[in-house]
Order: sequence, then structure tokens, then C-alpha cells
Amino acid sequence: MKFSEQWLREMVNPPVSTAELAERLTMSGLEVESVTAVAPAFSGVCVARVVEVRKHPEADRLRICIADVGHGEPLQVVTGAANVRDGMRVPLARVGAVLPGEKRISRSSLRGVESEGMLCSLTELGLADAAEEVLELPPDAPPGTDVREYLKLNDCSIELNVTPNRGDCLSVLGIAREVGAEYGLEARGPTIAPVPAAVAESFPVVVSDAAACPRYVGRIVRGIDPAAATPLWMVERLRRSGLRPIHPVVDITNYVMLELGQPLHAFDLSLLKGGIEVRCARQGERIPLLDGQVLELADDTLVIADHGRAVALAGIMGGADSAVCAATRDIFLESAYFSPRAIAGRGRRYKLQTDSSQRFERGVDFELQSVAVERATRLVLEICGGEAGTVTEVVQNQQLPSRVRIRLRDSRLRRVLGFALDQATVTGILERLGMQVQAGGEEWHVTPSPSRLDITIEADLIEEVARIYGYEHVPAYMPGGAVGLGSVTEGGLPRIVRAREALVQRGYQEAVTYSFVAARQDAAVGVGAHASIALANPISADMAVMRTSLWTGLLQALNYNISRQQTRVRLFETGRSFEKLSGELRQINKLSGISCGASWPEQWGARSLGIDFFDLKGDVATVLEVLAPHVNWEERVASHAALHPGQAVEISVDGRSIAVLGALHPDLYKEFDLKTPTFLFDIELDALPPANVPRYEPVPRYPRVRRDISITVAHEVSAAEILRTARSRAPSCLRDLQLFDVYEGEGIDSGKKSVALGLIFQGVSSTLIDKDIDAQVAVIVEELETRLGAVLRDS
Amino acid sequence: MNQTTDLTQTVAQARQEIMNAGDLAAIETLRVRYLGRKSVLTEQMKRLGRLPAEERARFGKAVNDAKEALSLLIEARHAELERDAIALRLARERVDVTLPGRGERPGGLHPVTLTLNRIIALFSQLGFEVAEGPEIEDDYHNFTALNIPPHHPARAMHDTFYFDAHTLLRTHTSPVQIRAMEKRLPPMRIIAPGRVYRCDYDQTHSPMFHQVEGLLVDDQVSFADLKGLLAGFLRVFFEVEELQMRFRPSYFPFTEPSAEVDIRLPTEHGHSGWLEVLGCGMVHPNVFASVGIDSERFTGLAFGLGVERLAMLRYGINDLRLFFENDLRFLTQFR
Repeated sequence: MKFSEQWLREMVNPPVSTAELAERLTMSGLEVESVTAVAPAFSGVCVARVVEVRKHPEADRLRICIADVGHGEPLQVVTGAANVRDGMRVPLARVGAVLPGEKRISRSSLRGVESEGMLCSLTELGLADAAEEVLELPPDAPPGTDVREYLKLNDCSIELNVTPNRGDCLSVLGIAREVGAEYGLEARGPTIAPVPAAVAESFPVVVSDAAACPRYVGRIVRGIDPAAATPLWMVERLRRSGLRPIHPVVDITNYVMLELGQPLHAFDLSLLKGGIEVRCARQGERIPLLDGQVLELADDTLVIADHGRAVALAGIMGGADSAVCAATRDIFLESAYFSPRAIAGRGRRYKLQTDSSQRFERGVDFELQSVAVERATRLVLEICGGEAGTVTEVVQNQQLPSRVRIRLRDSRLRRVLGFALDQATVTGILERLGMQVQAGGEEWHVTPSPSRLDITIEADLIEEVARIYGYEHVPAYMPGGAVGLGSVTEGGLPRIVRAREALVQRGYQEAVTYSFVAARQDAAVGVGAHASIALANPISADMAVMRTSLWTGLLQALNYNISRQQTRVRLFETGRSFEKLSGELRQINKLSGISCGASWPEQWGARSLGIDFFDLKGDVATVLEVLAPHVNWEERVASHAALHPGQAVEISVDGRSIAVLGALHPDLYKEFDLKTPTFLFDIELDALPPANVPRYEPVPRYPRVRRDISITVAHEVSAAEILRTARSRAPSCLRDLQLFDVYEGEGIDSGKKSVALGLIFQGVSSTLIDKDIDAQVAVIVEELETRLGAVLRDS
Repeated sequence: MNQTTDLTQTVAQARQEIMNAGDLAAIETLRVRYLGRKSVLTEQMKRLGRLPAEERARFGKAVNDAKEALSLLIEARHAELERDAIALRLARERVDVTLPGRGERPGGLHPVTLTLNRIIALFSQLGFEVAEGPEIEDDYHNFTALNIPPHHPARAMHDTFYFDAHTLLRTHTSPVQIRAMEKRLPPMRIIAPGRVYRCDYDQTHSPMFHQVEGLLVDDQVSFADLKGLLAGFLRVFFEVEELQMRFRPSYFPFTEPSAEVDIRLPTEHGHSGWLEVLGCGMVHPNVFASVGIDSERFTGLAFGLGVERLAMLRYGINDLRLFFENDLRFLTQFR
């Protein structure tokens, strides 16, 4: 809501500066977004009366004007403006004037004729963007008066951010009432007296949906002057409120809306057939609108129709084929109360947010309709002439909002606000807000004004009291009450915090990427298009579906950094992925990462190698140790569309997959514009087993003995198989098993590999002797031989 | 006297050799030669028995004196050589200690995480527990239960991403309030951090950002408590004891009274004027009604913090989009 400060001060004028007023408005909940001067700085421009216009002897386009400036000799001014004529009042920038943009006016000579100033257009005064003609001032403008004074240009436009509950502040009068309540002053709107009918004529109105339109007021005005122009004072007020002049009648309806808060609509009466019907649209009914588009309506949309077709989208926008235009002579004025329910959401659905819909969906004062029609009629007659008909009012009182008395308890007020207010203060605040208040005992009975439809329950009153009392005067306490102990997991910090720390220690940087990605990329790296969920209204195709994997964003982030000269990138992200499989939506908490570049940061004395699968696996193992310590996990070759089939592993616990990691599939390098070998991991946090509380085991008292063996096995036999087999028949005294070397090449038959194992034995109840250990080793070797075809190498 | 002369000569020669010994091995050889079981002096002592009794004592003493003298000499020379050896080793092992250390360098957390961690840590001290809720929400929890019925004008303030008529991306973390109150009984203190989404994308709007919702429901909690709690939080969060702030009336359908809080940071933070940092209020009776809490018995305070907003103010970040570009040159500044 944008309005002129002067306009407001005509209704209520607190003795404070503009800045103080703005501060107070903000602190009362009407946040001031901007305060701007209505005109740029200029000086030395006064009202002049043109007393003579002559042609310039040397130039066809120029004229010589003699202008009376109230006192002293008339001035001679040369102008290029075509519209100057004898007797006209115009703004004249005299010698010494400074116009916007530091433009100084000096005595000059135009084609040999002296000029003692310049006649100004609105543009030259900084009041309009493109106006060619000299501004014509009203014929009663007194020559010599400073134009800033005359046009009241020492004014500000104040723009408020009005919250949705305060529909009443979408008018200057409403804001004036609010300011009045703040300062304890009475706000006074314009005096509005009924305009008697000059012609006994009315236009029939039928309201078919009284719930949607409990009150409809209409009036005919016949014989307006098509040549009438909107007066300058009204053009200025509209301009200062952010509206442009359109047509005198439309300007009047806009003016009354700004002034009182009641949206009005004017039809060209000659274009209406038969009468008005307020009804719901027929499904698919079409209406051409003022803004040029043709809408197809749903049947829950209220329209104003004549006996042929819909002529307006009720409370939102008028139709194009019944609008007033330059030729209009007879009009029908509409001033209705549409219920917020009937208007709310419709404008948004049709992508039409208008000044009118904004007000109706928040709730207009339901007692204002006739008053507004009288106000508009008066202005039409004054500005456009014509003769008013009788007022038609169709009203269903029981459908109008009711103003029920609300009980406000002092105990509740104290409990919610946390401090006490004396009765007189509370009563005073409510009365200043225009409410009817009955104070008695420990409570008040309050009837809110018809303009405050937002006030219906006790809590609303409590807020009003606090607001006008001033939040700045509310004391600040700390909440009391018992505080229970929260849960603390083993290890103190939540898992996710520890996992993040572990990755940070391993050189990873945390990233945050968007939860929505391009459908094609998600299908390539995620679960697949069948599982992804698409937004109905995405911002762009790049953000169209919810990610089924965090990898898409990480791959993009990798690409972003590589194209900015980063060579070693290690990123992780925690967040959710979203998948819908057989109707079930899952929002899965994940920890995912990406790594590429050197295995170590560049440093002296260490050869820089590109990372490989096992560097990444080491990172993941560390994180899993942190996330799920003392848990045995199984590994198997993973089959994942985004990963290299020969370098991908899936890790699971008790048969449930918890992580997958591997090298990016060669096919995907092009999709993400990557060249450097890239590795990815993905941990499903929700799948992790609950953290175990460690159980103490006695520390072994007997020494450890290590035996190393070396075997050859077929190339295909996996390390996991070897370790599993070695453990399968091992006695309990085998404390640990290390696979410490894998070798293929010279000295080993092709198709085979050599694997070295360290077997660490430790007695539980006695020191082990060599003979026993030899026997145990033999058992393990035999198992490897028979089950895996291993051959023991000479040691 | 022959023996004495021999002894003197032996000692003199040994002394010479000890002085000339160039390393610890040479000294060890000399120790064996002169003091060992088969050494010259031990041999001399063996001959002692053959000497006349009157000479025996004197010669014996002379040999012992010689042994002791040589032993001391050897020790001294040994120590000297050991010092030399250490000095040599120290010289040899000298490194350029200004070369950097080896190994991995730590990465870092995202500024949003750092800010979230800070917020959570602060409210945890007051017994607030972290709660979570879905990001793909239903219309009921995101709007209706929060006193924003269909067609409410406040819905226009939330540019909502929809999947279908009833499913959407949560536009705020407030639905977690509803889910928490549906699940447990008051009193309760929760904070709900998380991602939220608005269909709006320009220099100052991101389609995804983070909020922390706070909710305290108890039988005696007031608007004055809300003011004190948030004032305390902001002072501690920004580590500015004399932080200027103001509570300003505002409107949220799910709280009443509602307020927005503005702060003014000391000039060295590089911001000027009032900066809006959070919205808050007392839980609206309609919200309590939707979760079956008796609003005559309990009152509640609720607040919502914009995490990126707080991070921007604290770290002096001036462009919201930086948070989601994941440029390492940006991210690595927050360690």
C-alpha cells in the first residue's frame, strides 16, 4: 500500500516528523518499506498566466509568450510547446531556477529573441516520464505562487507492507485510523453526504449467490462529459499512490478505493443488457478482461453478468466489452461487499492479483458500500458532470459478517503476555481502535468495528492490546518451567556430527546442493526415472525432479570447481533423497561424497598419485567405523548404473545395504563434462544399525605370536573370500588376520596371484607353544587349499 | 726396578694411544688391551706373586694406580668421542624445519552447518531437543493445521512448490511443530532445523534454504518469555552483549501475538540499519486446537530462524546464491 503522507495528514495529523511517523507505523506492525519524495528537488518555478502568445519571427516551431507572474513586469519567454494559449496558467521556471538534474535556467536568446525563463512540462518538473506539453494548471491558479507550494509537492509517498490480516489498512482512511489509535487522535475522513437522485432511474440487480455477495449497491449516472479530464490534484494523489490516470471515471473509482478502501467498478451503461446478475460462472464460461486476455472460468468463480454474458470477474477485474471508454456518456457504478471466501484464491488461480482482489480477499468494511457510492457519485458529478439515478441496494443482512462481542479476560491477557496492564490502559487502547468496549470486573466485552474483520477471538484482542501498548514496552523474561534431560547417545555427539567431522579430517569439504535436479541427470545417476518425483511447478528443467541420489548435485559441484582451476576436489553432503516405489514415498537421510584428483594434497617429498578406488574405500571405512563401530559388515560387488562395474562395492550389515561406493561409470563423464577419474560414495544413514555400547572384554595377558603365510590362488578369488575362508575353521586363539600383500606378475603363473596373510595368535589362558600354532596354521592352510585351490608358497 | 720402568712405559704408551683414539671402537679396543682380562696390566698383576714381599705392595699399588689412571682416561676419551659422535649425528640429521608437515589437510563444514550447529548448541542448553519432519509435506501440515486454510491470503506469501493438489515441498519448518505436538504431550521444547523451499529465484531469493523452527509449550509461558528468550539467543549468537534489537508487530497465521525481530549490528560488521532476523509469536489457539492441546491449559511460544540470513550477518556474506554454488574458494573460508 502506497499513499501520500499529505493525504494521510489531512485525515489525522500527529505532531511528528515524517521519519518519526514512519518509525511508529513500522513499530505498530505496518512495516514501512520506503519513504520517497513525491517530486525531485527543484526551485524557482512559479505559476504564470500567459497573457499573450506570438509567433517567433525566425522559427515556425517556437512561440513567444508574455507571462504574468503576479508582481512586477510580465516576462517574455520563448517556448517550443504547441499547447500554449492565451489565458492559460502554466509553471514557469524563472531565471535562476534550478530544475531536477541540476538544470539551471538563465537568461537566453533563442533565434534572436530574449527569453526570461522556461515554461515547464511534467517531465521537466520530474513528475512524469514522458510529457511533451506544457503543464496546464487550473484556471484559478494564482500567478506568482511557487509551484511546489501550489502542487503541494513537499510530500512523501510512503509504502507499507500490509500483512494479510490488515485489509483495513489498504486505504488512507484505514491507516489514518491506525495512526489515530497510536497517537490518541481522531481520524477524520472526507465528509460524505448522500447525493440526491436527479433522475428516477435505476438498473435492475439480482444476486443469485448471496453468501458470496451479501451486499450489492449500484447506481446509474447519465450524461457525463466525455471531454472531462481528471483534475490535477486527483492525478497527483493517484500518482503518489502508485496509480496512473486512465479515464476520469476509472480514476474516481480508484481514488475512492484508495481513500476509503472500497473497490468500485464502473460499467458503460450502454454496453450492459437488461440488468445485473451476480452469479457463479458456468464451467468454461469465457470472459474478455480489461487487461486484454480472455479467461475461461471455473464454476466456483463469482462473476457479474448482464442478461447476456459475464461482464466482470467479481471483485477482481472488469470485462473489456463493458468498460468505460472515451466515448462513454452513461455509467453504472458498482460497490459491493464480496465475501473473502468467494474471492480468495481465485485471483491467484487466474494469475490476476489486482488492487480490488487484494482488498476483497482480506475483507472490506461491510458497511462501506453505500458510502463509497455516494462519494464516487459526488466526484463524478463534480468532475464529469451528468445526472445521478437512484441507488439500488441488494442486501442479505444475515449473510454479512457478524460483529460478535468478544470476551477478554484480564487473567488470560496477563498469562499470554506475561505481565499485567491496568484496566484503564486496556480499555483506552481498545476504544482508540474504534471498538465498543464494556469493562467490568476482571474482563472486557468488546465489539470490533466493521472494518476490523480480522478480530474475532480473544487472542486477536490480546495482540491488539500488546501492539498498541508497544512491543518495546513488553518486559523480557526467560522461560521458566522444568527442563528434562534430553537423550545423549554413546559418544556424545549425534552420529551425523561425528561422521561430518571424520570426513573433514580426511580433507573433505561439506557442500549443500539443491534437492531438485534435472530429470535426465537424476535418471542417469540415481534410482531411475520410475522412482523419481516430479514437481508440478518447477523453476526450470534443471530443477524439475526431486533427487533420488545426492550424486547429481555433487557431480555438478565437482564440475563447477574443476572449471575453476581446482584439481583436487573432495566434497560431501548430508541430506535427503526422495523416491517413490510402488506408491510408497521415502525421504532418505544420506551422507554422500565425491572425490577426485591427487590422493594427497600437493606437498614436498611425496609423490602425487591420482586417487583410486582404495583411497575412497579407506575414507568410507573410516566414516563407517565412526558411524557404526564394532559392527561387522559384508561386502559384495555392486551393480550400480552410475558406477564402473569393475570398481564398485556395496556394503551391508545383516543383509541390509548401508553404503555403495566406486568409480564413476565411464559413460557418465561426458554427461557431467568431467575428465579426471572420479569416485563416489553414498551412505544411507537411516539404514545404519543402532550404535552399540562397547562391552568390555578382559585384556589378554599372554603374548601374541605372528605367522606369515603366502599363498597363490586364482586371480578371481576375492580378498573377502580368502579372509572368510581363513577364518572359517580358525580357532579362537586367532586374534587377528591381516592381508598384507597382493602380487601378480613375474614369478607367479598368469591367471594367478600371490596373497600374503599375517596370522596373529594369542592364548586366552596360557602362552601358546610353537607346536600348537603350527597345527593351527596347517588347519587354515588346508582350508584355503581345499576350498579355494590355494597353493602354499615356500616361505 | 725393571717392572716399574715397564709399567711407566706402558702407561705412557697407553695414554698416547687413548689420546689418539679416533672413534668409540678404537677406545673399546684400548680398554680390552689395557684393562681387560688379558691386558698388559693384568699380566703385570699376575707377576706380583713372584715379587719379593717388600716390593709386592708398592708395585701392586703402582699397577692399580696405573689401571685407575688409564680407566679414567679411557672414560674421559670415551665421553669425548661420544659427544663428538652425537654432535656429528645432530649435524647430519639437521632438517629444514620450516618445510611444511606432511599428510592430509582438513576440509571444512558448510557455513549453513556451522550456523545450525551453533543454533542447536545454544538452544540445547535450555533443553530444546532436535526434531525432524518430512521435506515433502502434505497440505494439511504445511498450511491447514497451521491456521492457513485453503484460499487464505497468507498462502500467497508462500510461493509453494507442488507435486499434486495435496503434496508439496514444505515452505517452512513450522509443520514440524504440528508433527511434534501430534506425537507428544506438553510440556515440550523442540527445535527443528531443516531445508525449506519456495518457488522464487533471484538475487535475494533461493528456491531452497534452511530454517530452524523453535517451539516451547508449557503451562506458564508468555510473550515476555519469548522476547527474553530470543533477545538472549541473538546476543549470544552474535556475541554482541549490547546488541540493539527491536520486536515489531507482524502477522503469521499460526501465532498471535506475532512479532518480527530486527537487529542492528555494530558498524564493524559491515551492515547498517535494522536487519530482520526472525519471526516469532505465541502459538495460535487454532493451532493448538488442530493438535488437540487445550489452549486454556497450555500456552506456547514459537519462532522461526532463517539460517542463511543469520550466517550472512555473522560471516559478512553478501550474496545468498554463494551458499549453493559450492565453490571451494567460498566454502574453504569457513574453517
